[in-house]
Amino acid sequence: MPFAAPISGVDQLKDRPMVAALLGWNASAVQDARFDRDELTIYVTRESIRGAIEFLKSQGITDFLSDVTCADYYPREPRFEMAYHLLSIKNKQRVRLKVRLSGEDPVIESVTPVWPAANFFERELFDLFGVRFLGHPYLRRIMMPEDWQGHPLRKDYPVEGYR
Amino acid sequence: MGHLSSPPVLDPTADRTMILNMGPQHPSTHGVLRLLLEIDGEAVVRMVPDIGFLHTGIEKTCEAKFYQQVVPLTDRIDYLCPMVNNLCYVMAVEKLLGLEIPPRAQWMRVLLAELQRISSHLVWLGTHAMDIGAMSVFLYCFREREELLRIYEMVSGQRMMTSYFRIGGLAMEPPLGFFEAVKKFLKIFPERVDEYENLLTGNFIFIDRLKGVAIVSAEDALALGLSGPSLRASGVDFDIRRDMPYCGYEKFSFKVPVAKDGDVWARYICRVQELRESNKIAQQALDGMPSGSIKAEAPKVVLPDREKMKTQMEALIYHFKIVTEGFTVPAGEVYQAIESPRGEMGYYVVSDGTAKPMRVHMRSPSYANLQALPKMCEGRLIADVVAAIGSIDIVLGEIDR
Repeated sequence: MPFAAPISGVDQLKDRPMVAALLGWNASAVQDARFDRDELTIYVTRESIRGAIEFLKSQGITDFLSDVTCADYYPREPRFEMAYHLLSIKNKQRVRLKVRLSGEDPVIESVTPVWPAANFFERELFDLFGVRFLGHPYLRRIMMPEDWQGHPLRKDYPVEGYR
Repeated sequence: MGHLSSPPVLDPTADRTMILNMGPQHPSTHGVLRLLLEIDGEAVVRMVPDIGFLHTGIEKTCEAKFYQQVVPLTDRIDYLCPMVNNLCYVMAVEKLLGLEIPPRAQWMRVLLAELQRISSHLVWLGTHAMDIGAMSVFLYCFREREELLRIYEMVSGQRMMTSYFRIGGLAMEPPLGFFEAVKKFLKIFPERVDEYENLLTGNFIFIDRLKGVAIVSAEDALALGLSGPSLRASGVDFDIRRDMPYCGYEKFSFKVPVAKDGDVWARYICRVQELRESNKIAQQALDGMPSGSIKAEAPKVVLPDREKMKTQMEALIYHFKIVTEGFTVPAGEVYQAIESPRGEMGYYVVSDGTAKPMRVHMRSPSYANLQALPKMCEGRLIADVVAAIGSIDIVLGEIDR
């Protein structure tokens, strides 16, 4: 299934309902938008992620949090890109909210108070990427042992581990 | 996995409660799940799941492999339905590549994915019933599962870790006698479901153990990220196969079983109905199986036929290049979600334009479903915990990855 060429930029995508809704909520929070391979991605600022997700939930625009994950673009800065996959069961649509995080200070507000589903996903990211979530009720390692050193999914962590 | 250095994460909050450790070697935790229960007499006051005992770093390993080498790793995530995992991963990569898959490969994928749903649900039904105390159902379920495993062995040479779906199509053409074997199975299977239902659905002891136990409301289920049959049992009518069709599911007609109560019984009813529906989908796939190629026209991505490789220079070169240096995938990111037997299985694949994925993340349904367990069990008896674990149908390989 060949896809149409990607569309990028907030201006080109401001007619899409999700982008329009977020722009209407807080235009300064939306940094960038992209529509690629039938998937809509919206970049928001680090400070506004919980607000944006709370807004989308309270307006009934999205009603399910599918996934929270992260990717490490080391050695580029800002190094981490958080990805929140939201789903609207009503409209049968998905949207991905992304936040860029710097390597020196990978701190972001937790969305667990809004979506309890994010609890385990955020703990996993804390464990494997070392991203810290403010306001998370129980931020502890989940996969690795408590006394483990380092964060295995970071790109500067060797695949074979430290011997 | 806080079991190595620190004491149990729960402290008794009142004098009358105590901590009970359940697992990781408890037979009814379906793997290596450890639960810390704070109990007051026989009632569960608080529950904290402790996971990570099976963590093997599959996501990290993926980053060191070529795209085609990741397929066998996906088998190991959810070992009860490996082909569904294969399907989700290969569809994500095909989406990145923009590949068109021939209809025969798609229908074969649907057929096998539904057979996998049946065999996965059979394991669930058998173990769930055994947890409750109905030993014999387990033997009946595994009798049918054995037939399915033989079918997988026919088609892929493996009973469990099949790796049959490849990027761009299937590994090989199904062998002679495969369709007859599937046809024979699909013909007898509805009767076998009747047999299970005879043993369980009208069984007073079974009903008493299940009805009204571990209730989750629709709002809670959505908030906690519950998906699949467990979500539908709470009254949310959403199935990715029907509502956001992939892999040609829009061409099949089937019902999506929904229940309202949100208890263990509702989840049981939903899954048993799904067994029958999956049988119907597989039957449709078998009847309408198109002819043609099972591999996409993409010589740079799909390995050539053995015969061509031996006779044509061009094919030999492509074969050599794919095997030794992989194939590059255009930069980008995709999230591909499909309906696994347990719920929404999603693969988030990020490509940086090289032959190895930059990031592969699996959104495994069991991982999210497990979060609903404390909600279900708190305030109930310890015996209900066993029923609740069985009802969300978790696979620990998928949770820990």
